[in-house]
Amino acid sequence: MAKKRTIRSIPQGRTPMVERPAAERARDFAEVTCGYTLDEAVRESERCLFCPDEPCVRGCPVGIDIPGFIRQIGEGDVRGAYDVLTGTTLLPAICGRVCPQETQCEGVCTVGQSLEPVAIGRLERFVGDRAIAEGWSSRPDIEPCAFTVAIVGSGPAGMACAADLAKAGCAVTVFEAFQQPGGVLRYGIPDFRLPNEVVDAEIAKLTRLGITFRCNTVIGRLFTLDQLVGEMGFDAVFIGVGAGAPTFADIPGESLNGVISANELLTRCNLMRAREFPERDTPLGVGRRVAVIGAGNTAMDAMRVCLRLGAEEVLCVYRRSRDEAPARAEELHHAEQEGITFHWLTDPVEILDDGKRGVRGLRCQRMELGEPDASGRRRPVPVPGSEIELECDTVVFAIGTNANPILGQTAKLRLDKRGYIEVDEELATSMQGVFAGGDIVTGAATVIEAMGAGRRAAAAMKRYLGLADPDVPYAPAGDAGLFGFAADQRDHARVRVA
Amino acid sequence: MSVADVAYDIVGREDFSDVTYLLEIREPDLARAARPGQFVIVMSHPEGERVPLTIADFDRDRGTITLVIQAMGKTTREMQAGLRPGSSLYALVGPLGRPSEIGTAKTVVCVGGGLGVAPIYPQARALKERGAYVIGVIGFRNKTLVFWEDKFRAVCDEFIICSDDGSVGIKGLVTDGIKQATAAHPDIDELIAIGPPIMMRGCAEVTRALGIHTVVSLNPIMVDGTGMCGGCRVKVGGRTRFACVDGPEFDAHQVDFDDLMFRLARFKPEEKIALERWQQGCRIESAPSVP
Ligand SMILES: Cc1cc2nc3c(=O)[nH]c(=O)nc-3n(C[C@H](O)[C@H](O)[C@H](O)COP(=O)(O)OP(=O)(O)OC[C@H]3O[C@@H](n4cnc5c(N)ncnc54)[C@H](O)[C@@H]3O)c2cc1C
Ligand SMILES: Cc1cc2nc3c(=O)[nH]c(=O)nc-3n(C[C@H](O)[C@H](O)[C@H](O)COP(=O)(O)OP(=O)(O)OC[C@H]3O[C@@H](n4cnc5c(N)ncnc54)[C@H](O)[C@@H]3O)c2cc1C
Ligand code: FES
Repeated sequence: MAKKRTIRSIPQGRTPMVERPAAERARDFAEVTCGYTLDEAVRESERCLFCPDEPCVRGCPVGIDIPGFIRQIGEGDVRGAYDVLTGTTLLPAICGRVCPQETQCEGVCTVGQSLEPVAIGRLERFVGDRAIAEGWSSRPDIEPCAFTVAIVGSGPAGMACAADLAKAGCAVTVFEAFQQPGGVLRYGIPDFRLPNEVVDAEIAKLTRLGITFRCNTVIGRLFTLDQLVGEMGFDAVFIGVGAGAPTFADIPGESLNGVISANELLTRCNLMRAREFPERDTPLGVGRRVAVIGAGNTAMDAMRVCLRLGAEEVLCVYRRSRDEAPARAEELHHAEQEGITFHWLTDPVEILDDGKRGVRGLRCQRMELGEPDASGRRRPVPVPGSEIELECDTVVFAIGTNANPILGQTAKLRLDKRGYIEVDEELATSMQGVFAGGDIVTGAATVIEAMGAGRRAAAAMKRYLGLADPDVPYAPAGDAGLFGFAADQRDHARVRVA
Repeated sequence: MSVADVAYDIVGREDFSDVTYLLEIREPDLARAARPGQFVIVMSHPEGERVPLTIADFDRDRGTITLVIQAMGKTTREMQAGLRPGSSLYALVGPLGRPSEIGTAKTVVCVGGGLGVAPIYPQARALKERGAYVIGVIGFRNKTLVFWEDKFRAVCDEFIICSDDGSVGIKGLVTDGIKQATAAHPDIDELIAIGPPIMMRGCAEVTRALGIHTVVSLNPIMVDGTGMCGGCRVKVGGRTRFACVDGPEFDAHQVDFDDLMFRLARFKPEEKIALERWQQGCRIESAPSVP
């Protein structure tokens, strides 16, 4: 065993991750950050103190064994690290890229108290990417059971729930409204942050578990929930339809052409590939000077997409200050590097008509921070007589989403006041055999939380169906090939059925 | 990728004129779920656009739905040129939107302008099956564009056809047909109109004066059709509504038609580019190849 590491003995600075120069990357859709090499990952792993109280594990919404996987990297055993990770998370290549690590694992890292925290997200991504490149997957030896399960929505919540139930032997069908699966990972988060190939690889893994994806299928319209559990014979259903419905601010000028929701912009650009118009048929309709309202991840993505589509200037308009911006720190930093103009403490009050029902500008009010509000953030209050006009021809709203109304309209599901689905601690809804999780329960949140909810629901559904807990992996004894699997496959999570 | 094999095969096609055609598509689940007033979104190929089209008819026994399409721009022309029995669509999703409320009105006028004749038909039929007294008013620019006259007449108790040039039926707009119907029947409870926005606005103006409850089906630009993008927002009664989930049918007297018409022009320049580019491609393809 190596000498015990101390805060003084470890490499002091974080291992930098190669990033493409801002000027170059801000004009295309290739990924911004390049990921660690094995050497870099090993070096970064050496910064982990393996401290006994493991705050990072508690900081992780799903409790990944972070020191465990980092230890494997340190030993050069990337495959081992992958096995540790996939004991908890199903989407390391995705979560390593998009989790807000600074408020989760890295935010509580012991090293982070005196130095920069261990780059846990980058290490996770490194392992996830290696798994995709090498084609590793944890394909368990699944023993089929007699149950069939329907998953509604193919975002991270649905994907995680589907995977766990497929491993438990259920025949799983995922119903997705769009023509391609993936949820926000597909239509929302752009390629320069999360390449489509990574999403494809994760979906391909699910299909290898025997999961069927049925796209172009809106539940509540083509089939109702009653039909799924009734005549179609699904033994249980999981709803992970996301939050989806965009909000506008209810200010004058919102119906002008040139005013668009971030969801529409991103769906056109990412899912429909409008950025390749006219090679592809879907147009985008973004102008030369774009004002994006909001400062969350969605806003950052919308702004950076507009830059890449050739906008000359992209403005961010946010009514609070930079400290309150909800985006991941890295995205905000990248957006600043790429040349977005930020107008903090600025609240839009009217979108100005150019006389032809297009946009000529945005009238805003300057704000200052007052007393803390219910969320603990200081409430922005208008500064009297401080109106300004920002010139722009496109206004993008990225100020949050509401619950999608379709399922509520068409099923007797109990909803909360805001229209989200009500669940108990088992994530069971008011309908027998129907469970729900992810953004449609919590409101817009994060990929890792949605994935965690999908897994919790899967566990509850297994209990509901009377399946034994299959999460206890079956460790093959010795090196001999077992059940016809070569030992190096090391991926039998043998599943036994009650 | 193992995406369940749901094929969207074209099983029938009929051409009503140079610009209007009908496609019958086999999708038994959709045929079963469809209700009058709902629509679908189609993509004819993976690079294509998502195009909303009203379900003009559905046949649960045959397991098919029928779309009637007007060749407007690139996508609808490309579909006209390429799709026939034996070919299939890349994507078909639906039924979308809230079904029409067939309600309890006793005497109802169903108005279809041009292509709008197709989407209003399932409602007229449903009303007739429910026992309402159905007055059909349909209008075309001229005789050559007429389609489904007999089919429509068969579900109406009274039937008025109008044309702009008088080449068929009464000479005039559907609003003239409506005036004729309302004069003869002071007891009309409801009017439902589908057609170009300008026509629907005209209908709303006629009935507003008469105090007749009027429903129109709005056709704003859409992307997902499931309430996720807000592109389809319309102003109704001063409020913003999403036509794909709150509609597509709304109280005509509350609709801001100017807003709808302006928003429909949102992509004019791009539509022109797409169409010209496609037409050029067609010319190159059909030109004799140089040896
Ligand atoms: C632009 C953007 C950027 C983001 N960036 C980050 C980030 O960097 N880090 C992070 O952690 N989080 C981020 N988030 C948030 C994160 O993506 C979501 O919290 C997460 O995707 C929620 O997962 P979900 O499975 O609940 O739903 P979703 O991912 O929304 O998936 C729901 C799926 O259900 C489908 N669906 C909806 N209704 C129906 C129906 N009736 N029938 C069938 N299918 C239906 C939808 O088409 C969709 O595919 C971002 C969100 C957005 C929009
Ligand atoms: C609920 C609904 C039902 C409809 N039903 C029918 C129908 O039964 N038959 C029919 O022929 N047409 C119908 N339409 C209109 C049809 O969708 C458009 O004509 C079609 O999208 C035009 O595409 P294009 O590429 O051929 O033409 P483009 O050149 O792209 O557009 C021609 C015109 O169509 C409108 N349009 C363009 N894109 C869209 C879009 N994505 N969504 C809606 N409108 C658009 C625009 O106003 C544009 O000016 C319906 C539209 C809606 C919203
Ligand atoms: S079409 Fe996207 S919200 Fe209606």
